[in-house]
Amino acid sequence: MKVIVVGAGIVGAAVARELAAAGVSVTVLDRSASAGGTSSAGEGNLLVSDKGPGAELALALRSLTLWRSILPEISDSFPSIEYEAKGGLVVATTPAGATALHAFAETQRAAGVSASSVNGLDYEPDLNPAHTAAVLYPQDAQVQPAIATEALLAAARRHGAVVRQEVEVLGPVRSGERLSGVLTSDGEIHADHVVVAAGPWSGEAARRLGVDLPVRPRRGTILVTTRMRRRIHHKVYDADYVGAVGSDDAALQTSSVVESTAAGTVLIGSSRERRGFDERIEARVLSAVAAKALVLFPFLTDVAVMRAYGGFRPFVPDHLPVIGPDPRRPGLWHATGHEGAGIVLSTATGELLTDLLLNRPPRVDAAAFAVDRPTLLPHLEPARG
Amino acid sequence: METHRDPVRPGETSPITIIVDGAPVRGLDGQTVAGVLMGAGRLAWRTTRNGRPRGVFCGIGVCHDCLVAVNGLPDVRACQRRAADGDSISTEEQA
Amino acid sequence: MTVETPDVLVVGAGPAGLAAADAARKVGARVALLDAAEDAGGQYWRHLPAQRPAAHERVLHHGWDRFTALRGQEMLTNAQVWLAERHDDRPPTLHVLVGPADGRDRVRRTFAPKALVLATGAYERTLPFPGWDLPGVFTAGAAQALAKSERIAVGRRVLVAGAGPFLLPVASSLVRTGAEVVGVLEANGWPRLGRGWSRRPAELLATRHKAGELAGYVRDLARHRIPYRAATAVVAAHGAERVSSVTVARLDPQWAPIPGTSRDVSVDAVCVSHGFVPRVELAVSAGCGLDAYGAVVTDHDGRTTVPGVYAAGEVTGIGGADLALAEGVVAGLAAAGATASDAQRRSRSENQRFAARLEAAHGIRPGWVGWLGDDTTVCRCEEVTAGDLRAGAAATGSRGLRSLKLSTRAGLGVCQGRVCGRTVEELLHRHTGGLLDPGRTEQRPLAAFVRLGELAAAEEQEHQ
Repeated sequence: MKVIVVGAGIVGAAVARELAAAGVSVTVLDRSASAGGTSSAGEGNLLVSDKGPGAELALALRSLTLWRSILPEISDSFPSIEYEAKGGLVVATTPAGATALHAFAETQRAAGVSASSVNGLDYEPDLNPAHTAAVLYPQDAQVQPAIATEALLAAARRHGAVVRQEVEVLGPVRSGERLSGVLTSDGEIHADHVVVAAGPWSGEAARRLGVDLPVRPRRGTILVTTRMRRRIHHKVYDADYVGAVGSDDAALQTSSVVESTAAGTVLIGSSRERRGFDERIEARVLSAVAAKALVLFPFLTDVAVMRAYGGFRPFVPDHLPVIGPDPRRPGLWHATGHEGAGIVLSTATGELLTDLLLNRPPRVDAAAFAVDRPTLLPHLEPARG
Repeated sequence: METHRDPVRPGETSPITIIVDGAPVRGLDGQTVAGVLMGAGRLAWRTTRNGRPRGVFCGIGVCHDCLVAVNGLPDVRACQRRAADGDSISTEEQA
Repeated sequence: MTVETPDVLVVGAGPAGLAAADAARKVGARVALLDAAEDAGGQYWRHLPAQRPAAHERVLHHGWDRFTALRGQEMLTNAQVWLAERHDDRPPTLHVLVGPADGRDRVRRTFAPKALVLATGAYERTLPFPGWDLPGVFTAGAAQALAKSERIAVGRRVLVAGAGPFLLPVASSLVRTGAEVVGVLEANGWPRLGRGWSRRPAELLATRHKAGELAGYVRDLARHRIPYRAATAVVAAHGAERVSSVTVARLDPQWAPIPGTSRDVSVDAVCVSHGFVPRVELAVSAGCGLDAYGAVVTDHDGRTTVPGVYAAGEVTGIGGADLALAEGVVAGLAAAGATASDAQRRSRSENQRFAARLEAAHGIRPGWVGWLGDDTTVCRCEEVTAGDLRAGAAATGSRGLRSLKLSTRAGLGVCQGRVCGRTVEELLHRHTGGLLDPGRTEQRPLAAFVRLGELAAAEEQEHQ
């Protein structure tokens, strides 16, 4: 069996690795270089803490298990992917927020998440002493997302996959109703199945293959400090983050996410805004992100920011990834729409897509991620041509 | 170089003293922190993560090799910051 | 927050920026002139601070009278532009922090000019060699800066090496600051230098001021018996805590070291520069197009590819102070809505031909990688070696600069790739068979360090 994966980001890489490991002949295409889009523009979150009970949380829990199991395979002969099971600490900055946070944690515990109410200062001594109501999530972890993507691609290659950079998908190759390959900037490539895993560009890739898919970019901006002595030990964020992640608002939203990296820098996020593929960095966004970070860690006020970068999350109207076959076009599959959770969800996405494609029983609720699920159906149009 | 032999004939200026890692270092008003340190014969003051010594490399604020903490504020380019009398300089302090 | 709206905003008060602001003012424009340093002059007219005014400052300078005529303008010094926000329908908004360098309590100001002139200059490019991160190895510009504004010689026995005529004034300044200069090494051989400089000698007459300046430096070398060697380079520096000697070797025309020609020279400092890098952070953020050398593309009036944004001086290509002054006048006039005279435009184009000679005679040649070892540091900040870059490219198979920078950490440190960026791109280009996203190194939305507290203070102001 031959499969084309469109997109050499983390989801495409994880899908390719899983398929190739199952003996499928895989070709990964990217119009530019590997790990050049969303996968190298984020923080490398492996989070369960920001997810309420439901299908996405189940996918995240499965993903964490898979991340741990494939670490030995992808850490070999490669720069470290900087996997760190550091745990997450969610901090409430208002009394009402604390009540909501504890109630939310209670529902997560019922769904299998480890979450304990703690005094934040016991875990982060430099936390603002005014805000100590916190929940600790020991399952939360972190990787360096660009290296993780490259490591997954390298693993896919070892299983026989071929990664072709600078090959752009231009249109479909059809056999009747069925998609039987793609027309690319480097000629036609034939396959039994085509998987679109192009992150926020998946809508455009799907359109070129004859179907629409409501994936839109949701802008984010991150600040990077100079290297410092490690004073932030967990992935620390304010409880507003959960609300911002789940929001449908197109306008700018910020919430604080602060963490140290293996390199010694501190990453400070986050913003969410829907404004197309606009790459401009704006002072108003940087200022808003900085102000929120200082609420959590006042000591950061004197710390120098040396870089700011932005990226685009693949946003889907009902906030769930799209994983599975497209009923409108046989042969076409999707693995996209993970918004800000693509790094963590990549591994279980690869497994689920492979299970479905090889008719193996899926280990998570596949219907929740189906292209034609009830919450996404109103946003879909019939295939063209 | 020594003022009386200097063809540029720099004007008179007041001496200043800055405290570098606890020890007083004498310089001249108008010098940068790097100027005071180099004037006192120090070529290197920062240490990289791999333990390599660093001081001024580019001298114009680009390379950031000469970073010091000034009065508790880390990551200040010594070649760009004017030294003020009494400034406390730390060469190893991080945030 | 108040937004200031001058007719013309000029960034950089070196020769080009001073000339641009002056020209714009003379035709009636309301001008704001900013510089990150405490004093005007840029690198070319760097001088002792006001606290130590020198009686004979001109000893170290050319065109000092022009500077004294221009420096009296109103300007905002200690003004660090940290962000240029691009707009679709007007020139960018510039965000500025005013106060001591890298300081914590600088005052925030915001400019939304009707026209913007970028005169941000350039800095030196030094190619890596074994030991180049030892204390005592400087860029030639560091030697100049310390001599001119501190009256400090970087060493007692100093070797000056690299490529280009800029090495000559460095040697002169060092001598006038009390150092012994043991030699000036030019990487290019006499045949290339001769071809570059002797072609169409009539053109040089038009730039006789520049030519005269160079001749003066050559006389300095002779007077102080400083040997000038072509086709020779510093290929390694040695020492424990600081440089105690360097290895020099003869180079072939492609700058590859010729085996068997190396010898050690005892020095306590070495100043090395192989060319210049235009300082384009703000231009890139503003959306201005760059040429193959990474310089801002301009037309005959100094217009960049972005409406309302002009550029002048070394940021548009390396050509020296005379060209910078000429370009500044033309761009300043155009930004103010006036038109330069034919003579002003001619001065600009004549000096541009001088710039073309520089590249022909002194541009970097690829053979230099012959003096790199696998363990030679390439990225000084993150201490990434040439071998790390090769291994990273081989392990990932990526052709993406962004991905390779993230997996090797090259260019991700405090200087943000300003020192190593070009070199990292060139080395990775070789290892990958061609990068698919070249030029990313120049994308630095933050043009300088900003403290988180300074960023957050702006947020508070907005909500007052």
